[in-house]
This record gives sequence, C-alpha cells and structure tokens, in this order.
Amino acid sequence: MLSYISRRLGVTFLILLGVSFTVYVIFAFLPFDPAALTCGKNCNDPGIIEANRRRLGYDLPFLTQYWVFIKGLFIGRTYGEGAALINCPAPSLGYSFQEHSCVTTLISEALPVTLSLAIGALVLWIVVGVGLGVLAARYRGKFVDSASTIFVLIGTSLPTFLTGLMLLVFVVIKWHILPFPAGNYTPFLEDPYEWAQILFLPWITLAFAYAALYTRFVRSAVIETSNEDYIRTARAKGLPESEVVGKHTLRAALAPIITMAGLDFAGLLGGAILTESVFNLPGLGRLAIGAVVEYDLPIIVATTILAAAIVVVMNLIVDILYAFIDPRVRIA
Amino acid sequence: MTLLEVKNLSVGFPTPDGVVHAVNDISFSIDAGETLAIVGESGSGKTVTNLALMGLLNSNTAQISGTARFQSHTGEIDLLGIDPNELQKYRGQDISMIFQDPMSSLHPYFSIGDQIIEAHQVHNKVDPEVSKERAIELLGLVGIPDPASRITSFPHQFSGGMRQRVMIAMALVNNPSLLIADEPTTALDVTVQAQILSLLKDLQREFKMAIILITHDLGVVAGAADRVNVMYAGRIVESANVFDLYAKPAMPYTQGLLDSVPRLDRPHTNRLSAIPGQPPSMISLPDGCSFAPRCSRISEVAGSKCLTALPELTLRGDHHSARCFIGEGVRA
Repeated sequence: MLSYISRRLGVTFLILLGVSFTVYVIFAFLPFDPAALTCGKNCNDPGIIEANRRRLGYDLPFLTQYWVFIKGLFIGRTYGEGAALINCPAPSLGYSFQEHSCVTTLISEALPVTLSLAIGALVLWIVVGVGLGVLAARYRGKFVDSASTIFVLIGTSLPTFLTGLMLLVFVVIKWHILPFPAGNYTPFLEDPYEWAQILFLPWITLAFAYAALYTRFVRSAVIETSNEDYIRTARAKGLPESEVVGKHTLRAALAPIITMAGLDFAGLLGGAILTESVFNLPGLGRLAIGAVVEYDLPIIVATTILAAAIVVVMNLIVDILYAFIDPRVRIA
Repeated sequence: MTLLEVKNLSVGFPTPDGVVHAVNDISFSIDAGETLAIVGESGSGKTVTNLALMGLLNSNTAQISGTARFQSHTGEIDLLGIDPNELQKYRGQDISMIFQDPMSSLHPYFSIGDQIIEAHQVHNKVDPEVSKERAIELLGLVGIPDPASRITSFPHQFSGGMRQRVMIAMALVNNPSLLIADEPTTALDVTVQAQILSLLKDLQREFKMAIILITHDLGVVAGAADRVNVMYAGRIVESANVFDLYAKPAMPYTQGLLDSVPRLDRPHTNRLSAIPGQPPSMISLPDGCSFAPRCSRISEVAGSKCLTALPELTLRGDHHSARCFIGEGVRA
C-alpha cells in the first residue's frame, strides 16, 4: 500500500509538471504582451514597458521563464532590485502587477473562502442527496419518490446563478428571514456565527444543484444494489430490514459516491465562479474571473495550475479511500 | 415427523400483460432429516416456490396464497401466513438457504468471517467472540483449510467451490432443521460439484437437517435425494422416491427428462434425445395438461382429453403419484 501511494505521488508530481507546462505554453503564445499589460490598458510608454519586462523576467527565453517559475515554487522569487525590490517567498506563483501583490498571497486569501463554501455545500448535498436518494429507492413509486423526482428536476434544471438570485430576492430582501449579506467574508476562526450566516445562502445555492444530481444517482445505485444476490443472502440470514438496507445495501451503493463527491469537491475548490459572483464572496473563482477580465496573466496561470493540482491530488485521495472501502481494489 | 407441510401454494406475479402464474396450487411435505429434490427446467417454478417459503419474494410484486406449516424451535408456524417481521426470526435460524451462484451471493465488501459472525449474532445474544469461535468451527467443518486465519479473507480471495463452502458454513451456523439448496452446484465445475454434494450429505447427517434440493440436474438427484418432486409449468407433475422415479417414471415429461441425461451404462450410439417444443406461457396456461402440446404419448389417451382436461395428481404406487391420464388407476 505504501509503495503504491509513493508511486502514485510520483506520477501525480509528473502530471502537475505537465499541466503547469501546458498552461505556461498556452499563455506564452496568447496575443498579449504581459509586460505591456503591467502599466494599464492605455499605457504606451515603451520605457516603462521595457523596464517592467526586465523586472518581471518576461525578457528571458520561454524555457528559462518556465524554469524560473518552477524554481520560484520551491525557493521563492524576487522581482526588481534595490528600493523597488519585491520578494515573493516560496511557494511563489508569480507577481501580479495589477494587484501589486504576490499571487501566492492573493490565493492564500481567497482559498479559505472557497474552501468554506465548498465544504459546507458538500456536507449539505451529501446529507440531502444520500438521504433523499435512499428514501426514494426504498419507497419506489410512493409519495417520497415522486416528490424527490420533482426536486431532482428543479435542482438539475435551475442554473446556480438563478437559484442564488432568487434566494437573495425572497429570503433576504422580500421576507427578511436573513440579514443582507454584507459581502464581507468573515473567517471562521474570527466569528463562526457571522461566517455561517454569510455562507448560508451560498451553501444552499451550491448544494441544491448537486443534491439533486446525487439524489438521482443514489436512488438508482440503491435500487441496483438491492437486486444483487448478496442482498438476498443478507435477507435470508434473517437480518432485520434496517440492517439489510443500512449496512449491506448502502455499503455497496455508496462506494461510487465517494469517487463522485471527491471529484465534484475538487472541481468546486478550483472556484465556484457563479456562486461566488452572485454572493460577492472573495474566493478563488472571483479571483480567477477578475484576472481574466483584467488580463492579469500571472493570476490566471496560477489559478489554472492550482485547480488542476487540486483535481489531480483529489483523484489520488479518492483512489486511496476506495482501496479501503472495496477490498477487491486493494493494491499490492 | 413431518417438518414442513405445504398446501395449495400458488404464486402469481401481476404484469401489464397479465398475471404470470409461476406456481400453481402445489402441495408437498418433507420429513425431518430427509432430502427432497425438486427438479424441472428453468421457469418451472422451483426457485419461486422456495423463495415464497423463505418470505424472500417482494410482497409488492408477488401474490402468494396457501399454507406452509413448519415445526420451528418455538412450535408450529405458518410460513406463508406469518407476519414478515416475525418470519425474519426463523430465517437463517430454523430454515437456511444457499444459492446458485456463490460468486455473487457473498457480499464483496465484508470478510467471510464478518458475514458468518453476523448470521450467528442476529439470532443469538452472545459475545461476538463466541460467534467467531462458531464461525471458525463451521469453516473447518465445511473444509476450508486453516479457518482461523482465513476468517479475515474476502470472498474474492476464494474460488467458486470454496465460496460455496463458505455459503454453506454461513447457512448452517445456527443449526437449522431445514436447508434449502437452490441449485447449489450449477455454477461449479463437475469435480467440485461432487465435493459439495458429498459435503452436504455429511453435514446433513451431522446436523440432522432436512434438505430441499432444487436442481435441474437429474444426475445430482440420483446421488443425493430420497424423494423427488418433478415440476412443470408451476405444477408438481410427478412425485416419487428416487428409486421408483428412475425405474418407473409415470409421466412422459419425467421420461423425457431421464432420456435427456447422458448415461455411462447405456450404449451411446444415438444422439441424446431432447423434448421437442417450449414450455407454455405462464400467463395463459393451457386448459388441459400443460405438457400435452409437447407430449409424445398424447395419442395413447382417447379423444383429445389431454388438451381439454387437467389430470389430477393420482397415486401410482407407494408414495408415488403422477399427473397424467396414462396409467391412471393402475397401481404398479
């Protein structure tokens, strides 16, 4: 098992190297001059542009640029010299001239927001999706099943920005059930109550769509597993129905859910762009979309690589988890 | 002593095209310690009969009628009339069942030890250690080498024959008085079949249990059964002790089955004979004998009585009865 994990870690590292190189190549050949972008959209002063080009290292050959970038990840990086010296300590993902800040700093501010949003939503949609899915499967064709079908239809067809806006309009503005989210994200450690209050509607918005998908998935997985021979065996043993379903059926039906949830969670960590935008949350998604609008290449490169890294690492975690759940995939 | 007496058991499955009459008004009994074989081709109602007795048919999809008086450890109960939650206490305790496909009948995610211990725990209020000892004892009895260490193994680490032994150990863990073996050797290769059958015979003596052996293999029946019920289209068409059945089959269908078995003690110059035609649709059974359309001896009965009237199950000898107009009233 240990050798498997270390082997996979090695492969993961290579994949990340490949991803970062690809992203770097794509952005290097975009029809933008990153140096020109540093002094604003309407700046034409070639002196400033050339100075910035040198400071940011855009004058170096392409491969050297990439090498400097990778080196920066491990040992940090400095820009300019003398009084104007900027130091971005390791792991450095570059420097955003527009934001006047190291990209790593920007990301470390945005990541907790996205993490809070994603974790809360994950818990919510797993509880609702699995619960409703199991109920719908158990009472197939009954009221709960029909009700869950309606829930699934609404959840999968409503886009998140619409759900989010509707929640804002009705829950906050019309019915005053919740105070208006001030837009100032408060870290959990500072004030957990405030943190939860601001994130409550975003959680629901995000979880709604996923919960609908998971309900449908869990329902069919439970029904499919119920027809397995080993479930009949469990019943033939004389186990009470609660154990047949709660232990034998769920154990097998939920294994694939782990994979699904892991990858969906990873996708969200890359930035829940729509939800973050609707609720004005300063997360990774908003950081990325802001950077795209501003042509802030260092941030775009960094967020893209980060999102890819999260997916690759989550894949590894899911695979390892799966080996613990299903003894048949236990790896030598 | 009569252990189980089934009277007028019928099972129907309503479908959009009509009710599928899988089992039609069958009655039989089995004594303690005896082996009763139920033979017939696929779809003749062998398995459904026994799933109905075990209460393993979905009450939403199956219409079951009849009585089945069974001598349980708490006294006489009606397996078909008892509350399903009540029946669960007897399942796996007084009556156990092993299934056709050992590859899919064990839960892939739990160790075989856990699965056997669970079967013991659900019916006995004892320390798990006691159940574990019992599980190891049973695994030894069914011929799993080194049971104390194999108890933590998972089903996929065993061959088909070994898995069927595990299934048998699990079925016998509570010392049942009746074991229903639903084609226990069909999925196994021939040498393993013989081992499993002789194991069942040994265990039957040791546990003093009755066995209902469901099979379509008349070779298996000859070696293992005391009495045989031949089923066709959901009805018992012939019932006899195993010697009478092979020596003097009274029903042309039984004769046809016997003729289709390859035998070493007969010249094998000719091709094996097969019964022409297909079993009738279980949705609209013929008015007369359900075997009549395929019967080679139909001309021996005057008029076309076989096609219009259903013959009764009548005695042909001591404990030998058949459902056929030919030879009716003639006692051998």
